[in-house]
Amino acid sequence: MASPEDIKQRIEAAIPGSHVEVEDYTGGSDHFRAVVTSEAFEGLSRIEQHRLVYGALESDIGGAIHAFALKTQTPSKIQIT
Amino acid sequence: MSSQFQPIPMMSSEPTPVAEPNEGPNPIREAIEQAISEHKVILFMKGTPDAPACGFSARTVAILQSLEVPFAAVDILPDPRIRQELSTISNWPTIPQLFHEGELVGGCDIVTEMHEAGELAEALL
Repeated sequence: MASPEDIKQRIEAAIPGSHVEVEDYTGGSDHFRAVVTSEAFEGLSRIEQHRLVYGALESDIGGAIHAFALKTQTPSKIQIT
Repeated sequence: MSSQFQPIPMMSSEPTPVAEPNEGPNPIREAIEQAISEHKVILFMKGTPDAPACGFSARTVAILQSLEVPFAAVDILPDPRIRQELSTISNWPTIPQLFHEGELVGGCDIVTEMHEAGELAEALL
C-alpha cells in the first residue's frame, strides 16, 4: 500500500524544488498518476527525467505501486513581468 | 494486423535452471539481450499484441500499429525473471518497454508523449 502524499513527499525529497501532483486514480492505493515539474529536468532526455523520479520510489514500483503513469515537465518558460 | 509483429517465443516449456547470482550463465538475460540486438523495434509487454494483458501495453501496441511500424513483441508474464532481468538491463522499472536499435525509447508515457508530439515515427525509422 502507498499513499499519494507519501509518493509526493518522496519525489519532492529526491528532487528538491520540484512540484509534484499525485493522484490515486483507482482508489486502491496501488495505481497512481503523477505530474512532476522541476527545473532539474532541463537538458535531460525524457528517459533521464523519468529515471530521476523512478529513483525516488525505488523497488516500490512493481511492488506496492502496481502502476505509475508519469508526466515530467520543466516549469513554464513564460515569465509574466 | 498480425503481420505487423513477430512474437518471439522467449520461454521453452522446459524449466530453466536458476542461475546463481553473478555466477555462471544467465540464459534469460542472454535471451533478452539477443532479442533486443536482433530486432530493430522490439516491445516488451504484458500479454501479446493481439491480447494485451494491461492497459499500458495495449495503448503502446495501438500506437505502434497506428504508425504501421513493424515490431517484435515479447510477453514478460510467463516468467517473473523476464521482467526482473529486463529491468536490470534497461535500468527501467515499468512495463511496457520499447527499444529501437538496441536503445530504450521509453515506456507507455514517453511513447504516448512522443506520438502526440509527432516525434515517434521518426525516432523509430
